[in-house]
Amino acid sequence: MFQITKVDENNPVNFMSINKWTTALSVILIVFSLSTLVVKGLNWGLDFTGGTLVEVGFEQPANLSELRTVLEANEFGDAVVQNYGTQRDVLVRIPPRDGAASDTIGNDLLRVLQTNIDGNIDVRRVEFVGPQVGEELAEAGGLAMIVALICILVYVSFRFEWRLALSAVAGLGQDVVIILGLFSLLQMQVDLTILAALLAVIGYSLNDSIVVADRIRENFRKLRKNTPVEVINISLSQTMSRTLVTSLTTLMVLLVLMFFGGQMIFGFSVALAMGVVVGTYSSVFTRSTLVLAMGISREDLMPPEVEKEGEDQENYL
Amino acid sequence: MLNRYPLWKNLAILFVVLFGALYALANIYGEDYAVQISATRSGEVTLDTLQQVEQTLQREGIEPIGVVFENGQILVRLSTDDDQLAARELLVSELGINYVVALNLAPATPAWLAAIGGEPLKLGLDLRGGVHFLMEVDMDEALLKINEQMVTGVRDRLRDERIRYRRVEQSGNNVVIELRNAEDYQSAQRSLRNQYQGYELRTDSSNNALTLVMTDQFLQETRANAIDQNITILRNRVDELGVAEPVIQRQGQDRIVVELPGIQDTARAKEILGATATLEFRFQDTENDLQDAIAGRVPFGSRLYNVRSGGQVLLQNRIILTGDHIVDASVGYDESSRPQVNISLDSAGGRLMTQATRGNVGEPMATVFIEFIATGETTDEGRIAFERVEEVVSVATIQAVLGSNFRITGVGGVQEAQNLALLLRAGALIAPIQIVEERTVGPSLGAENVKAGLTAIVAGFVLVLLFMGIYYRAFGMVANLALLTNLVMIIGIMSLVPGATLTMPGMAGIVLTVGMAVDANVIIFERIREELLDGRSPQQAIARGYENAFSTIADANITTLITALILFAVGTGSIKGFAVTLAIGIVTSMFTAIAGTRAVINLIWGRQKRLTKLSI
Repeated sequence: MFQITKVDENNPVNFMSINKWTTALSVILIVFSLSTLVVKGLNWGLDFTGGTLVEVGFEQPANLSELRTVLEANEFGDAVVQNYGTQRDVLVRIPPRDGAASDTIGNDLLRVLQTNIDGNIDVRRVEFVGPQVGEELAEAGGLAMIVALICILVYVSFRFEWRLALSAVAGLGQDVVIILGLFSLLQMQVDLTILAALLAVIGYSLNDSIVVADRIRENFRKLRKNTPVEVINISLSQTMSRTLVTSLTTLMVLLVLMFFGGQMIFGFSVALAMGVVVGTYSSVFTRSTLVLAMGISREDLMPPEVEKEGEDQENYL
Repeated sequence: MLNRYPLWKNLAILFVVLFGALYALANIYGEDYAVQISATRSGEVTLDTLQQVEQTLQREGIEPIGVVFENGQILVRLSTDDDQLAARELLVSELGINYVVALNLAPATPAWLAAIGGEPLKLGLDLRGGVHFLMEVDMDEALLKINEQMVTGVRDRLRDERIRYRRVEQSGNNVVIELRNAEDYQSAQRSLRNQYQGYELRTDSSNNALTLVMTDQFLQETRANAIDQNITILRNRVDELGVAEPVIQRQGQDRIVVELPGIQDTARAKEILGATATLEFRFQDTENDLQDAIAGRVPFGSRLYNVRSGGQVLLQNRIILTGDHIVDASVGYDESSRPQVNISLDSAGGRLMTQATRGNVGEPMATVFIEFIATGETTDEGRIAFERVEEVVSVATIQAVLGSNFRITGVGGVQEAQNLALLLRAGALIAPIQIVEERTVGPSLGAENVKAGLTAIVAGFVLVLLFMGIYYRAFGMVANLALLTNLVMIIGIMSLVPGATLTMPGMAGIVLTVGMAVDANVIIFERIREELLDGRSPQQAIARGYENAFSTIADANITTLITALILFAVGTGSIKGFAVTLAIGIVTSMFTAIAGTRAVINLIWGRQKRLTKLSI
């Protein structure tokens, strides 16, 4: 039988012994993420900024500098040209422009490319997002995050105890901040799929912390002699196998997605993969530390007493 | 103890799995090349058309796999794409502009499966290629026109009744009227009360001021009308593009989504979608003989027009009024509750109408609808050539001198009245539209996405299967069986649920589900291992493992489901696709991972009384 950690409740791994270090790590990561978010900001994708994007495929590897010259000569000086995935694929981005004919920019650009570069270019993708729509999408996205966090907070407090709920949601906040920090640091583009990935990460990370929280609750009720720190160490040890196995299988498929899934969902898989790593970390360390810091005790997790009629009477039989 | 499921439970599980598998089955038959023929608004597909299609194909030696007439459409299935292209060319020239001949791929689902609603997964635009437009209706423009007309209408009215005003002005969607004195204020109040549909009169005697306030209901109606009008116009335009399965629907307050699968040339699509329609009112020429004109002797100063409902009519060249004066057209009912169409014109239009009808009471007046239809050719400048098509949509007798508000009666049934009102509004182009979002995916990228998605699903699946088999041995194999069933069920349910489309993020969602779906089994199996280490017998360990794991799994999955639902609510297009697959995956994975594996484990190990070891 393969086994990752021992599930001996008399001799658990003392996870909480390093909680000073993990707290420090969390603080450093969060501060770092927030500062890069402030300094570098996020590289917002077309979905949020508005503008036009054209992806074309050439038969030979594309000469980017020639493309830039041609575009500049044809009133597309504001275009950003880069390779996308392969040498033959080129992505051209044009920031939003004022004016009524903004929806024809993509077609104009294609005509310029077709007449000046190569008649046989393969039009792979054209996207145009009006500035108004971009703003709305960003707004809806932010709203979705907040609503998701609130719904989860409500559900988990209803099912568990408020300290467990609050620490679960705080952990989610940490996950999101660190992922965004990484996206900011690497200047990877944040588009709608990244937003979807972040919400999926929230779901995944929560999954993890609920499994742990469930066990913490169970053990508080069962192990009456142990201190809260011990109970949490035991719970973490018992769930460690599961935490690692699930993270592993999920990471496996995400790596597959990163390498085989194509360019369009590369960012999506990266965000998710990071989310799995960070989420696993926060459900083991951050949340447990927070729960302890908020002073959880056995009494908080006991099931509500139900008074039974005649319970206080002696049993005559 | 033994672990056994009652027979009904096993049967129920088997039934659910088979149900999912049955609908997933529709995806393995592939698709036939097809040509789809439907009628534009002036044509009709009948059995005669069917015969014509069959004969045409036979004459040119194209052998279809099948020709079906269904839901007012004809679907011709062909064996190769060459045949498909040839058949389309042929049918376009044979059938003419009254029919839309579109290329399509028809699912080759066997009849018995199709009869119970089995059809393959619908692919999103990012997988099949095509254009997605989001168009915004310019409501400000629509309201501006209405407001301007209200202000001039009120001014004219007060002037006609010799009521002196200090000012009549627009304020938001309301009209503010200030009178010179209390006397005028009283008479203005009498004059304006209950005169304007959709407006409420508010009084302010201290300032001798009146306000006509647009009701919310009227505002809503105006918005809805502007959207409906544009959707109608867009439908007609899309017909010209020859798209097999277009989607044109309202989104939110003032937007319209247009999805055109398979369309690559967006420049052309935009030009055709943006072409305008107009409207003209003309007098019928009653002095000359229609038959003479049809025979070729068209009198000077008149012209022959086709009538939409059939036949021809002779109209004077003089235009009474053009459609841009129309502010609104709606269906109403006369005293004997027969449907009629109420038309309001702006004040300039009202004056023109009064002048024109003053000496012509009793004469018939015709409404001509003018559209610009793409001919399929291009002009020298590389633009699309449009042909002006004029049709008479109504001829009515003038009963009295008409003003800004008049009605057309005797239009037939409610449906006809509605159609006429819609055409009048369409010709008026009350609210222009603008493209605010466009997403085009070329066919090569679509095909690549499908390939990449499939590769990722298969590779991810194999990896997880291998891992589970090695790590949990025999129990792992049971989990693998559940995972496989889960995949089949996701596909089955996605195929069954109307409106569920598979998108690229959706495929990523399936891959993610494959990775996460084993979680439930991991939780259960780890729990069983713990119970075994605690010294429980294998049978007890199985029972307790499932019992203890259940609430954990349920809680964990419900929270993920919450996020999926939120994603669905706020996401658009392909993100919605991701949310749908994720949500379906969560539900099916809970079923297969808990009930499914338990049933199999019970069947294999649950009956063994002397079970001492588990392969876990």
